[in-house]
Amino acid sequence: MCLGVPGKVVSVDGALATVDFWGVRREVRLDIVDEPVEPGDYIMNHVGFAIRRIPPEQIGQTLALYDELLKAMSEDDLMAADVRGEISATGEKKRD
Amino acid sequence: MADALARAVGEIGRAPVSVMHVCGSHEQAIAKYGLRAVFPRGLNVIMGPGCPVCVTDLPEVDEAVALAGQGVRIFTYGDMLRVPGTVRSLADAQAEGAKIEVVYSIGQAVQLARKSADECVFFASGFETTAVATAAVLLANPPANFSVLSAHKYIPPVMEIVAEMPETRVEGFLAAGHAATITGWGIFERFVERHRIPVVVAGFEPLDIMAGLLTLVELVRDRRAEVVNAYPRCVTREGNRRAQEVLWKVFRPTGGRWRGIAHVPNGNLRLRDEFAAFDARRRFTIQLARLWDYAPPSLAQSCVCGDIMAGIASPTDCPLFGRECVPDNPVGACMVSTEGTCRIWHQYGGHLNLGEER
Repeated sequence: MCLGVPGKVVSVDGALATVDFWGVRREVRLDIVDEPVEPGDYIMNHVGFAIRRIPPEQIGQTLALYDELLKAMSEDDLMAADVRGEISATGEKKRD
Repeated sequence: MADALARAVGEIGRAPVSVMHVCGSHEQAIAKYGLRAVFPRGLNVIMGPGCPVCVTDLPEVDEAVALAGQGVRIFTYGDMLRVPGTVRSLADAQAEGAKIEVVYSIGQAVQLARKSADECVFFASGFETTAVATAAVLLANPPANFSVLSAHKYIPPVMEIVAEMPETRVEGFLAAGHAATITGWGIFERFVERHRIPVVVAGFEPLDIMAGLLTLVELVRDRRAEVVNAYPRCVTREGNRRAQEVLWKVFRPTGGRWRGIAHVPNGNLRLRDEFAAFDARRRFTIQLARLWDYAPPSLAQSCVCGDIMAGIASPTDCPLFGRECVPDNPVGACMVSTEGTCRIWHQYGGHLNLGEER
């Protein structure tokens, strides 16, 4: 649970952002992130809240770690399960 | 890196050197990548109370079970469902028809409460990183039928307790990267001063963990009680100030029991008086007495979950591990949560070695 999961901000509407996690679009709340977040930024999500804006120079490294975690993981891998849980923790984006 | 670690442990000149991490994700990575196989023999890397679900105390689960029995609709994070209370779990109550639903986020619970005519209680577990989300929701005009039963815990005070336990003799702490994202690494400075034990903040990749441990063992070797941030790409000294403001506006630290550990002064997060209307403990009279009609599960008495979280025992020391207690049918909380030591060891090769049985 303390792992969090990174995603790319697609759009921002007040305190709510639409964020892309490996092709899955979800709503993430921006109440507690301490920097302004704009479309194109990457954020770290924890239980449906952005806890950190990832500095641009660290995005590549961060995504590589999670790619590795999610890659070829069996269904019952605990770390991958926690990461998937974090993605599910975000609100379902309603289809436009 | 493993060689450098072995050398540093060797230079200390006595064995074993015991260090503790307090994070389920660290244990997952250590077990998943088989890091214990490359740790030097003289180095003990112990998982401390780093699983929030596991340290939720029995009476806290009892309160949630009792509320469910009173007809209140309960929402909670998935792992909490099967965590045993004194006599029953929420899953037991659910099987008998109580309204208990698993959500991934407290945000979902609020949305469901808005559409509901029932009293809705979110049974909230997790350390400070997760408590921030609960706090943010309570600051964003939750509906009047919504309240929170807080079992949130605060990590820094429990490190003080474990550092003082004579049985564990912890010589250094590996602190979890993402919790420190919120609190900042500066929070460990006072701890280091008071206990003269080094703390290293580390990330979650195998190399991050090895590098963090190497730094930690070098600090132990050189008798330097300092905080080192070995995860600068995620953690700053100040942390996330806005999140800290939100957290402390809603919560205050109080003393309380952590399952298996002890009474931890300032280790529990409870709602401040200003949020009494959303505090399930003040909103309802929780009728615990009717729970005592049920007999406590007898197997649970042999469970050593508490000693495991205090770093005194390993899962393999437990007579139930891998036999009566398995992920599909857990006896103790450490086998329930994906961050529990027993669950992690069971998943990544901690299976019973049948060869040893004969």
